[in-house]
Amino acid sequence: MREAQPSFQYATLVQQEQAAQLGMWTFLATEVLFFGGLILAYCVYRYGYADDFAAAARHTKIVIGTLNTAILLTSSFLVAWAGALVKVGFDRLVAGLLTGAALLGVIFLGLKGYEYREEYREHLVPAVNFAFEAAHARGAELFFMLYFVLTGLHGLHVAIGVVVLLAIAHRARGGAYGRQYHSPVTVAGLYWHFVDLVWIFLFALIYLPGRSSA
Amino acid sequence: MKADVETNYLTADYRLRSWFLTTDHKRVAVLFFATITLFFFVGGAAATMIRLELATPQADLVRSDIYNRLFTMHGVVMVWFFLIPSIPTTLGNFLVPLMIGARDLAFPRLNLTSWYLFLIGGSVTLYALFVGGVDTGWTFYAPFSTMYSNGHVVLAVLGVFIAGFSSILTGLNFIVTIHRLRAPGLTWYRLPIFIWSLYATSVILVLATPELAITLALVALERITGIGIFNPRLGGDPLLFQHMFWFYSHPAVYIMILPGMGVVSELVTCFSRKNLFGYKFVAWCSIAIAAIGFLVWGHHMFVSGQSPFAGIVFSFMSFVVAVPSAIKVFNWTATLHKGWVSYDAPMLYALAFIGLFTIGGLTGLFLACIAFDVFVTDTYFVIAHFHYIMVGGMVTAYFGGLHYWWPKITGRLYPEYWARAAAILIFFGFNMTFFPQFILGILGMPRRYHVYAPELQVWNVLSSAGASILALAYLLPLFYLGWSLFWGRRASSDPWHATGLEWQTSSPPPKHNFVATPIVERGPYVYTVDGEAVPQNA
Repeated sequence: MREAQPSFQYATLVQQEQAAQLGMWTFLATEVLFFGGLILAYCVYRYGYADDFAAAARHTKIVIGTLNTAILLTSSFLVAWAGALVKVGFDRLVAGLLTGAALLGVIFLGLKGYEYREEYREHLVPAVNFAFEAAHARGAELFFMLYFVLTGLHGLHVAIGVVVLLAIAHRARGGAYGRQYHSPVTVAGLYWHFVDLVWIFLFALIYLPGRSSA
Repeated sequence: MKADVETNYLTADYRLRSWFLTTDHKRVAVLFFATITLFFFVGGAAATMIRLELATPQADLVRSDIYNRLFTMHGVVMVWFFLIPSIPTTLGNFLVPLMIGARDLAFPRLNLTSWYLFLIGGSVTLYALFVGGVDTGWTFYAPFSTMYSNGHVVLAVLGVFIAGFSSILTGLNFIVTIHRLRAPGLTWYRLPIFIWSLYATSVILVLATPELAITLALVALERITGIGIFNPRLGGDPLLFQHMFWFYSHPAVYIMILPGMGVVSELVTCFSRKNLFGYKFVAWCSIAIAAIGFLVWGHHMFVSGQSPFAGIVFSFMSFVVAVPSAIKVFNWTATLHKGWVSYDAPMLYALAFIGLFTIGGLTGLFLACIAFDVFVTDTYFVIAHFHYIMVGGMVTAYFGGLHYWWPKITGRLYPEYWARAAAILIFFGFNMTFFPQFILGILGMPRRYHVYAPELQVWNVLSSAGASILALAYLLPLFYLGWSLFWGRRASSDPWHATGLEWQTSSPPPKHNFVATPIVERGPYVYTVDGEAVPQNA
């Protein structure tokens, strides 16, 4: 294995890794506010259109949503495992774990796409193909609007994460990471866990309202 | 060692691609400088048209819909493509690594990405403004922007959205750099105040900008799909737009003023030959302004129909946020006391800043008062107030900083006589332009109209006359600074006899800033009783 060298602006690899970690945490702070704005809008309208939102949420596909939650949590576990192993070698296992996590991400996106298609068939896509019982139409339209924006943005994050994980898995297989230099794995892991965390919030906000009384 | 100094960052490589693919923070700063200068004059041209039109009470230069597009163009370009990036992306980009003794920012490629995003966002917005314009005002208030406006709202919003990511990346880069790349011995309390203020600015950039991005995305979505997110006729909530917009846009005011305060802190110490009075207070006041600044956005909404209790809280918080600003003004003034004050051009700008910022800040307290704010809402009083902060404050500080660090950036000295003349012209031109607008506001002239009652003409003519002086004064540096690039005298490494690390390397600095990483031994503003500078690292 090559002796890892820090980039020119850093004195040591440790300093470089700390910078990468802090950079990702700062980026995630931005992301929190980004999703936070949308979730705020969601909360305002859920408060204003409580019945409509409950009626609309009952049309979401809770089986797929639950399955997807399990899939993302599992993938996060694989990434966390890879993050622990990369510091002690195990190049091939790390690469395998990351590829597995990326694969689960792809399955998540596939299921999400299937869900979108079903919603299109059921006339639940605002502005494109939307029909809802008249009493709840206005709030339901807002609900599905926010649903598509939130899950669409989240899906975009998953897709980016999949590409990043595959790229890092490829480099891990080539032995690029080891005890000294492994920050790409841990930093990408931070990002992936965040994407997972956002989904946990979305799951509760989107799939669960209106279910208990139904 | 000699060879490294002989080729500096400007002469290291002359090919075009060495500029457009550079990751050197100093070159990225120069790229940003060229870009925002262009935007400054685009926004300035719109302002010139506005003041020309307002010279008479009738509409004789432009039609009302063109006038709407002019003030929108002025606002959008000046806020997002000049003021927000101004000091951080140019002086900040150039100086953060130099001041902390680093070889570059933590993420050099991200820094270049930030410039490209800015360029793309700026181009998209400019395109929107030139192919037909936008008539919403820079605030894009819904539902006007989403339903009724017949301008290119989606395009303009898209440009601002993209430029927002440029801000976020710059802020992120600064935060990480300041935390992780400080030279040995450079503790937080040895950092120059400019770094503290940029740190506070970066925190706002990172936490507030995404909120703007998502708000503008929703505006575009409502406009494209016709689904009522903000339009009350379609079931949306226009107050939600205002809350989300001002949650970004009020902290954005502090993005625009905090870096200026940082620059002024550097200038005041250097030209008073004294340590900054109450360093720790000034440092922590930057952080306090950034933090409290997040809790005052509702003062833009006193007449919006928000709850009166919320109004009272926002009013109170707006008074609170003035305290750290006032502390800074007192500390700068106290620094002058018994200093060896000299009046070089940067110091003239700094002194102008202190005076103009104080007027802007005090009138801000008027506006924090609900009763008075209701009286002058949407009048020229508000216009005058925020121009005192943004133009009298930020632009003045930007020019001061530009002159102060010009020898470091270019390796040349600017002509002092012309620079002082421009500084004095700016001060008088500015006051003549904007002070009458306070009076116009009190007399009840509303903003965003191009016709007005004839008895208000005298104040408007005064303001327009001042604006012509101001325009001339802003053009002057373009000529003499441009001249100095070729014919200015060569600058030594420390022409001002200042103390910071950036003055300990050659002018212009070598590609990687320092021949050897400096070891910092003391605070940033140590001067002997005779006013002799004691460098931070020796």
